[in-house]
Amino acid sequence: MATVSENKIKSEASPPGKSNEQAGVSSLALAMSLLVGTYFGIVLTKSEVVRWQRVHDMFLFKEAHMYLIIGVGVVVAMISMLIIKSQRAKTIEGEPIVYKPKPFHKGVVIGGMLFGAGWAITGACPGPIYAQIGAGAWLGWVTLAGAMIGMYLYAMLKSKLPH
Amino acid sequence: MDFIMQPWPWWLSGILVGLTVPMLYFLAGQGFGISTSLQQVGAMCSPNSKLPYLRDFNRRKGLWTLVFAIGIVIGGFIANNFLSAEPVEFLPESFASVGGVVRLLLGGILVGFGTRYAGGCTSGHSITGIANLNWPSLVATIFFFVGGLGVTWGLGSLIFGGF
Repeated sequence: MATVSENKIKSEASPPGKSNEQAGVSSLALAMSLLVGTYFGIVLTKSEVVRWQRVHDMFLFKEAHMYLIIGVGVVVAMISMLIIKSQRAKTIEGEPIVYKPKPFHKGVVIGGMLFGAGWAITGACPGPIYAQIGAGAWLGWVTLAGAMIGMYLYAMLKSKLPH
Repeated sequence: MDFIMQPWPWWLSGILVGLTVPMLYFLAGQGFGISTSLQQVGAMCSPNSKLPYLRDFNRRKGLWTLVFAIGIVIGGFIANNFLSAEPVEFLPESFASVGGVVRLLLGGILVGFGTRYAGGCTSGHSITGIANLNWPSLVATIFFFVGGLGVTWGLGSLIFGGF
């Protein structure tokens, strides 16, 4: 009997196979993701980064608004990362903060160009799509539907594309 | 209060956008990026997909990206309904037409496909990546603008002309 129940516990503790059965992030981290997401949604909307006209005027070089926001954002993020790295800062759950570099491959160039074209047409990158939807702009759902189709197309073509 | 209710200036917006990076690291232990949420939704909708890109994605580890996106939706709602003197105009009225919807859908496909092929979007590459001096992210950002400027200046009248 004991052996049977031990085996049962063992098999429950480590389910066979799949990698996506691994532990996820904590409930606290999920709650904080929701909180920071809400903050970011407010910032995106109040800064008007979510406006098609702002994005269009950026690509037409008609106004510096978007360039200035992205530029200041990068500088603030860069200073933050320098402080985080020099202080070896930890998360509120005591985990080390590590940046995982994104690797270079051909998709960075080709995919990057395609995304840029989509950004110019829709006036939205992924963050603003969600903010538009929350703010009640129904056309944001169209952009999201397109983005999901695009993601599926990539999933289907990934093995055939140069990387 | 008047100040909050008006569109926020670029310097304040830029600082608040940049601070999203350390906030998300400290509070949630995650690197700032949004386009992975598309893959997360795809993986959740088809967990037994034949496509390794969706099947092998760690849905529990990636769950925070969806929660973060839901936060952005909530933030957009709060900003537009409670923090704005006048509702934000997201897209020009001309987009609420068959031609506009087709453009948004095609543009959305480019956004979804491009960000996934490039491995990130404006948040993951342009803000977080450059702030961490990750050179592939700088390359990605340059090509975001190559694509966006190319479409705006090359196909401008075709895409942005009369609907």
